[in-house]
Amino acid sequence: MTWLLLATLVVPALGAAVVAALPGRLDQVGRILATVVAGLALLASLALYGRPVDPDASGIRPWAEYDVPWASGLDLSFHLGVDGISWPLVVLTTLLTLLCCGYTVWQGPAVTGGKNLLALLLVIEVGIVGVFAALDLVLFFVFFEVTLLPMYAVIAGWGGPDRRHAARKFVLYTLFGSVLLLVGVFTVVSAAGTADLVRLSAGGGEGITRGVQVAAFALLALAFAVKSPLWPLHTWLPDAHTEAPTVGSVILAGVLLKMGTYGLIRVAGVVPTGAQALAPVLGVLAVAAILVGSLVCLAQTELKRLIAYSSVGHMGFVLLGIATLTAAGFQAALIGNIAHGVITGLLFFLAGAIKDRAHTGDLTALGGLRETAPGLAGLLGFAAIASLGLPGLAGFWGEAFAVYAALQLGSLWTVLGVLGAVGGAFTAAYFLRLLRRVTHGPAVDTVAGVVPLRTGELVAWGPLAVLALALGLVPGLVLWLTSDPVEALIQVIS
Amino acid sequence: MTSVGLAASLPVVPFLAALAGLLLPLRARRLAAVLGVGATGIALLAAGWLAATLADPVESAVTVVEFGDVAVTAGVRVDQIAALVAVAVGVVACGVQLYSVSYLHDDERYVPYAAQVSLFTAAMLNVVVAGDLVQLLVGWEVMGICSYLLIGHDRRLPEAPGAAVKAFLVTRVGDVGFWLGVVVLGLAAGSFQFADVFAAVAGGDIGAATLTTAALLLLAGVAGKSAQFPLHTWLPDAMAGPTPISALIHAATMVAAGVYVVGRLFPVYAAAPVALAVLAVVAAVTMLLGGLAATAQDDIKRVLAWSTVSQIGYMAAALAVGSTVASTFHLLSHAAFKALLFLAAGAVIHAVGSNLMSLMGGVRVGTPVTFWSITIGLAALAGLPPFAGFWSKESVLGAAYEATVGHGAVAPWAAWLVLTSGLLTVLVTGWYATRLWLRTCFGQRRGDFVPHDPPSLMRWPLVVLAVPSALLGVSVVAVSAEWSEALPPFDPLLSLLVLALTALGAGGAWLAWRRDTAADPAVTLGPARTVFARAFYLDEVQDILVVRPAWALARVVRRVDERLVDGAVEGTGTGALGLGRLLTAAHRAGLPGYATAVLGGAVLIGVAAVLTEVLT
Repeated sequence: MTWLLLATLVVPALGAAVVAALPGRLDQVGRILATVVAGLALLASLALYGRPVDPDASGIRPWAEYDVPWASGLDLSFHLGVDGISWPLVVLTTLLTLLCCGYTVWQGPAVTGGKNLLALLLVIEVGIVGVFAALDLVLFFVFFEVTLLPMYAVIAGWGGPDRRHAARKFVLYTLFGSVLLLVGVFTVVSAAGTADLVRLSAGGGEGITRGVQVAAFALLALAFAVKSPLWPLHTWLPDAHTEAPTVGSVILAGVLLKMGTYGLIRVAGVVPTGAQALAPVLGVLAVAAILVGSLVCLAQTELKRLIAYSSVGHMGFVLLGIATLTAAGFQAALIGNIAHGVITGLLFFLAGAIKDRAHTGDLTALGGLRETAPGLAGLLGFAAIASLGLPGLAGFWGEAFAVYAALQLGSLWTVLGVLGAVGGAFTAAYFLRLLRRVTHGPAVDTVAGVVPLRTGELVAWGPLAVLALALGLVPGLVLWLTSDPVEALIQVIS
Repeated sequence: MTSVGLAASLPVVPFLAALAGLLLPLRARRLAAVLGVGATGIALLAAGWLAATLADPVESAVTVVEFGDVAVTAGVRVDQIAALVAVAVGVVACGVQLYSVSYLHDDERYVPYAAQVSLFTAAMLNVVVAGDLVQLLVGWEVMGICSYLLIGHDRRLPEAPGAAVKAFLVTRVGDVGFWLGVVVLGLAAGSFQFADVFAAVAGGDIGAATLTTAALLLLAGVAGKSAQFPLHTWLPDAMAGPTPISALIHAATMVAAGVYVVGRLFPVYAAAPVALAVLAVVAAVTMLLGGLAATAQDDIKRVLAWSTVSQIGYMAAALAVGSTVASTFHLLSHAAFKALLFLAAGAVIHAVGSNLMSLMGGVRVGTPVTFWSITIGLAALAGLPPFAGFWSKESVLGAAYEATVGHGAVAPWAAWLVLTSGLLTVLVTGWYATRLWLRTCFGQRRGDFVPHDPPSLMRWPLVVLAVPSALLGVSVVAVSAEWSEALPPFDPLLSLLVLALTALGAGGAWLAWRRDTAADPAVTLGPARTVFARAFYLDEVQDILVVRPAWALARVVRRVDERLVDGAVEGTGTGALGLGRLLTAAHRAGLPGYATAVLGGAVLIGVAAVLTEVLT
């Protein structure tokens, strides 16, 4: 198992180096090579599936582990591992990377310098998988930072007309979050005397005073809130998404944001007292994100920007689930994470394809897509319906049970749960408005004669559509894996 | 095959057919038709078999997923009522699929349409057999999205997309309440399964306040789905959908789901008198409101739509006075005659080329099947003996009359309210049913068309549906001892009163029509006509109270988010840049400036050094 764990990181890292080193005339070869590498990484991550080695330990119980000292003077180690909480996210990362690579191969000359783009995506993959697999706080931080500059380059290099501004905003804003993360990490490490997540969460904040716990959680939560993003720290996201190339948006929304919510779940077990103290604040902001996100979407006029803002609302549900600090809430957050990655990944693929074809993302300039490209319109309809949380599709479980978890706690949380549910109705409103604008009605000039859904696109997007349905019908695909680790985590927290 | 297996196949078979159908290419019409008709046909057979063989209620469930302490299960829980409702769903769905093959013969999006009808059927059958609140919710909402897709199907109607969105959003607003109600019940009972919830209710484990809250929250969802006041506004607009879809939505699925679910969860309502009283008020308002609105519509489908609103009100009324059996009876008979009426209206529209009754007239000539279908359907709707509607409406009113003495959880005033409104609605129903009959089938032809019966695929469903519309009531009352025992006793005086009121309404319409057979009898309503035609301006009220404020709020929030929240971020950026520029400018002083600065600095340091020396 250990070598598989390392392979998920090393294979894309080496692949990125080789692809980047290829001469420019071998662009298409490089793209294919990157796709093969991403495929291998996916296989390695899938093969990681397993059962906990020590099922009775409290805290984190990894299936596979790799632990070597790194800087022993600093009590720092290169400690990796996956468990039921991180494995689905690792697989989602490797899957989305593969789909993005395959899509870029298919796009051909429409994208210039595609192999460099893919090399960057592989580096980002290393960073994200590393974040999900890190069992050492400092290592977590390092991987967290690895994703930053490649994503900056992706936006700045392959983005839309206003890409420089968006990329700069993205990198500066998230760097600001990183500083807080660094301070938070070292607050914890210096107070607890170790950076090892397994030991930290087994202790459940033992030996760290309440004041330090609150301060540490505040710092870490702020850092993760920037990444997730949580209202009002979200404004880098719409700009970044609107300007980012399609594959960049897919990775950004699909998995990069999940680093924030994943981190939050992990650190809640490290400084539980701090988490409990600040949970109501987190809950209130999460519900604000749900409502603000959905209301902004209702008044939004740009396709990609709308989907970006919808992420703010959806991640609000995930954060609400986490803020409840209950087993039901964590379960809801974890399935919500995966569902959002799958559905929003699909939505960004579709939005990118529509913008490429119609040469505009302005909702007032689109219309009647189902007349000219019924397959594309049908898939957009499916993705939008999945995203609005229709029961039976993936998006439902996370949002519905975040509300359930909130109502479970009573008092202030009842209000939060009810407001969250109302936000769910707004979500339906803006997605139906989107569909009405884009797909219904007579075909307008911008969509006249557009290319219908192509086979290559179907191959790249199909897995996401299938997953959106499969996770909706059998949420246990994720939740059977997460339930044990979540129980163990909740034991530590409460 | 076991009862559990049969019940489980009910939603599963049409669902699989829908999934396959959605993946078919647009040109695979024949295969799509086979899939659609076949799947609903199999579901109908399974439902029939289940109804025939089911002796005692059966239940079975498997755990789907656990969230903390609570499990979500999938399974079936069927009794005789569920099996009969499933049969009704199967009959209507199968008829609609057959009818659609012909009705949409030149529609190039028939393939996804047929799949969506199958999905709709699967969702409704899932609601019918579900034994778990969350499982029920899945079917409940999937039905909502299917209605959205199907109402928006017709590309020639500019109003169709808007009507589709309205249908989903209005019901979704109610569903916010429904989900919260499910959560409250699930939290209180520690389980989402009906059996556990009922056990907790019976055991007194759930407080009265919690029960009432849950029951009222669920009612919000029910009002949305079943088009009850004040969430009824979507249903008349939903007429933008193809006519077979109207039949499907109005007869056996969607709108029937709401009242069916209240009946299914009746132990909860029986323990929450406040919720029952609210339901009584809602039902009383809806019955009369729907009936009056139906009197002044010119569009034949809108008349039928408003009559559905009103008739579903009767079913809700039966529940409010504690009679689930009367409610189910009316649900079944309404399913038959309303499906018949819509499909017959589709045949008329097919021949006339318009929905408007002002362009119809004289349709009865040369259209025996269509004419008699409409006649039987309207007779059942108005409640003429021996047609189905007479018996079922009679039992609803009988149940209300019985409840006026006050029994169980029902307050006498609520029963009186329901009874009064129900009787008034009988009069109104007689009036608008007669108006529809005379305006379409009799008098001079007002449009340019040749009346003709539809092709056989459209004709046969009419014939099949006419049978239960005519005979369901008699057969239930006369044949099934079990049902006639459970129904309120037949009261001849009440029946006479009902018949007299119907005759009064019908006679009024006839007299008005006879004066001028080309004119609309609705002119006799005077100034009330516009109010009724606009359905008491409730759409406008909804627009002012909900839609516009929501839009305004959205725009304000967007502006605040962009200007204030993002403004702060951008401000920080530009502020830092500005500060940088300022400092840069200060450093760009040129050689004399630098020299002065260096000198000044040296002097300062010197002074400071001297001062420290002197002071220490």
